[in-house]
Amino acid sequence: MMTDSAIRPRFSSSLRFRLAAGIILVLAIGCVAVAFAAFAYGRNAAQQSFDRLLIGAANQIAGSLWLRDGEVVVDIPVSAFELLSLAPRDRVVYGVFGDDGTLITGYDIAAPSVSGSTFFTDSFAGETARFARVTRQFAERSFFGSVDVIIGQTTEARRELAQQITQNALIAVAAIGVVMSALAALAVQSALSPLHRIERDIAARSSKDLTPVDVNVPQEISSLVHALNRFIARIDRQLHVMRTLIADASHQLRTPIAALRVQAELAADETDRERTLRIVGRIHERSRNLSRLTDQLLSHALIIHRADTVDLTPVDLRTVAADAVEETDQSMSNVDRAIRLALPEAPVICNGDAFSLAEACKNLINNALNHGQPPITVFARKEDGRACIGVRDRGTGIPEAMWPNAGSRFTRNAGVSATSAGLGLAIVNAVCEAHEGKMRIERPSETEFEVFLELPMMPEDAG
Amino acid sequence: MRRFDGLALGLALLGNAAVCEPMPEATRSYGPMQAEVHLTVRGTTDIALFEPVLQTFVTRSDGTRIDYEQWASNDLYLATEADCRSTSVAADLVVSSSIDQQVKLANDGCAVPYRSDETAKLPTVSNWRDEVFGITWEPAAIVYNRNTIGSAQAPRSRFDLIDLLRPEDSAFRGRVATYDIEASGLGYLFAFADSQQATTFGRLIEAFGRSGAVATCCSAAIIDGVASGDYLVAYNVLGSYALARADKNPDIVVVAPDDYTLVLARAALIPRHATMPELAGKFIDFLLSEPGRSALRSANLIVDTNEGVHPAMRLPENPDVSLRPIPLSLALLVGLDQHKRREFVARWQAAFPKDRDRESAE
Repeated sequence: MMTDSAIRPRFSSSLRFRLAAGIILVLAIGCVAVAFAAFAYGRNAAQQSFDRLLIGAANQIAGSLWLRDGEVVVDIPVSAFELLSLAPRDRVVYGVFGDDGTLITGYDIAAPSVSGSTFFTDSFAGETARFARVTRQFAERSFFGSVDVIIGQTTEARRELAQQITQNALIAVAAIGVVMSALAALAVQSALSPLHRIERDIAARSSKDLTPVDVNVPQEISSLVHALNRFIARIDRQLHVMRTLIADASHQLRTPIAALRVQAELAADETDRERTLRIVGRIHERSRNLSRLTDQLLSHALIIHRADTVDLTPVDLRTVAADAVEETDQSMSNVDRAIRLALPEAPVICNGDAFSLAEACKNLINNALNHGQPPITVFARKEDGRACIGVRDRGTGIPEAMWPNAGSRFTRNAGVSATSAGLGLAIVNAVCEAHEGKMRIERPSETEFEVFLELPMMPEDAG
Repeated sequence: MRRFDGLALGLALLGNAAVCEPMPEATRSYGPMQAEVHLTVRGTTDIALFEPVLQTFVTRSDGTRIDYEQWASNDLYLATEADCRSTSVAADLVVSSSIDQQVKLANDGCAVPYRSDETAKLPTVSNWRDEVFGITWEPAAIVYNRNTIGSAQAPRSRFDLIDLLRPEDSAFRGRVATYDIEASGLGYLFAFADSQQATTFGRLIEAFGRSGAVATCCSAAIIDGVASGDYLVAYNVLGSYALARADKNPDIVVVAPDDYTLVLARAALIPRHATMPELAGKFIDFLLSEPGRSALRSANLIVDTNEGVHPAMRLPENPDVSLRPIPLSLALLVGLDQHKRREFVARWQAAFPKDRDRESAE
């Protein structure tokens, strides 16, 4: 929570900024493209509409041509020029030319001799002008040939119209741009709203609330929420381990330490040497148990902690078994209690944490040493596609009624016995759970008792 | 690369007029002779008519002299056109009643634009390209003498005129005058505009032809004829000149025809090579401003058709519909087309053969 304020500004500015920059870029490119298109369209539209007026006027003049005694007579209709007056500020130049290029009437303009092009651009009295040419053919007895009508007009109105069209288009584009920006802002706002919901959900929690975040979020950020929930669950588990450790420690250690203190006080008051020695022996015994209990409590906490923090790697259970046997304190063992190893030829590989597995193994060995009968065998084997590691002895083992609860803490003897803290199988059980396996207790024959971990094998090793 | 056949057009316009260096008919200066700035204005308006307007301007703007040259319209066109093509020092302002020629000058790039608050107020029919400005309001009128025609006979429209000319023994035969469109640019402009307005025109010139109407030059001569009783009716006379005469001769009656009345707005333009274009612009602003309009009104160059109507003026029954200003637009160029003009004049001549014969006999 403390880092939240430090992270949030960077997060929000960057995401908003990126979205805004992206949208602005797209809109800007679109606007520029549309502006260019509008300009081209405007020019084209203006050109076309005024070209039509021009050709219309030329056609009217061409239509007014008639022949009198073999001479072309031009009777320009006023309407032709009224048509051109639709461009109210533009000047007009025109000429009607005979077959040999001689002027019949109008301005003696030098028109390009290339025929065929209806429209061309030239200048008139220092201004750019657009020209149209219409040719009329005569095939009369008195006159045979063609007459060209050329009419030109300056381009002020065209430019104005093109500008107007472009301007209107640009205004429309700008308006659309603004609307789209507003919509985009709304879209971004709504797209980011699940993040705000998550933020509000987390902010509104009490400091003790470590339940998963349950907010309706879209697919895209559900993985984020899952990661967040996994993270919360891990914190929850670790807090739980810590609480368990503290609770166990306060509960389980208080009694033996109190007993130890009483014994020590008795020893201090005792004058008789023999009894003092007996008391000291008890103190030794109790402190050893206390030491084991402490070890097991810490070991249990460590195992659970490791289950969350250590990645599983391929482990050969034969090595684990051998290491466990080797690390078991055998100082107190005599020949009778020698520990045997029963290992197959082929490696037994599973995904696991070698340390935790060895720790579980050692606890089983200790249990067997304390409660079982020799010979004690540590074995690893494959069984129905499962990897198993465990300990077998010849003792009576745990009564069958207690098997279902054997993995719980402090249940075996409903308390701490003189020699066992009762956490051994709980550790084994925790290791099994961390490896997605389970603890198995079996009695293969009347005289044999087995406790072992049944773990999933490496996929490629499963066969 | 490009060459405007102004000369050919000019020859066509001039008809059989003398082909010599065009010269002003009269010249007069206003304002102090030693003035530092002076404006050369060329116009077709009679000096006598335009004088008060020029004087008002000179008194309102200190240290300005105006040289006014009175020109015949075709000569003025040719001179302005020649000035445009050469780089010789030209007039600073040209004001002509031949508005078609003014539009043609602007179309051919012989005018410079001028923009001001006053020009912006002009309606589009009186402002072409910010280069040609209509400054007056002069109806084309039927003029008669109330001593020679009783009010019962007085024509109020072209239809009345046609009816008066119809009887074989009509008193009006040979006593109706109008402009000779070959000699008068303004007469041609009005006649051509008439031909655009209504089919009445065809019947009218037919009636003129049958009744031996007189086509003659110049407003002054026509109005003189009406005043003296030689002509009973004059057709298409510029109302401004007729009203100016009516100020002195109360017998003159000026009728704006009921069917339609063409209204001419004398056009001003600043030639391309004007030496004082800003001052010319100021003069245009003055002409369009209230003091200028007031001076033009006093000179009858703006004929009131709303209020303060001249006592000799008879307005049409429905002035809003009947008064038709001739717009300054490209359409005026059509009348100047060589073929169009030739054909139109030929049609006119066909209607006035006897008249021409008589003139040549004299």
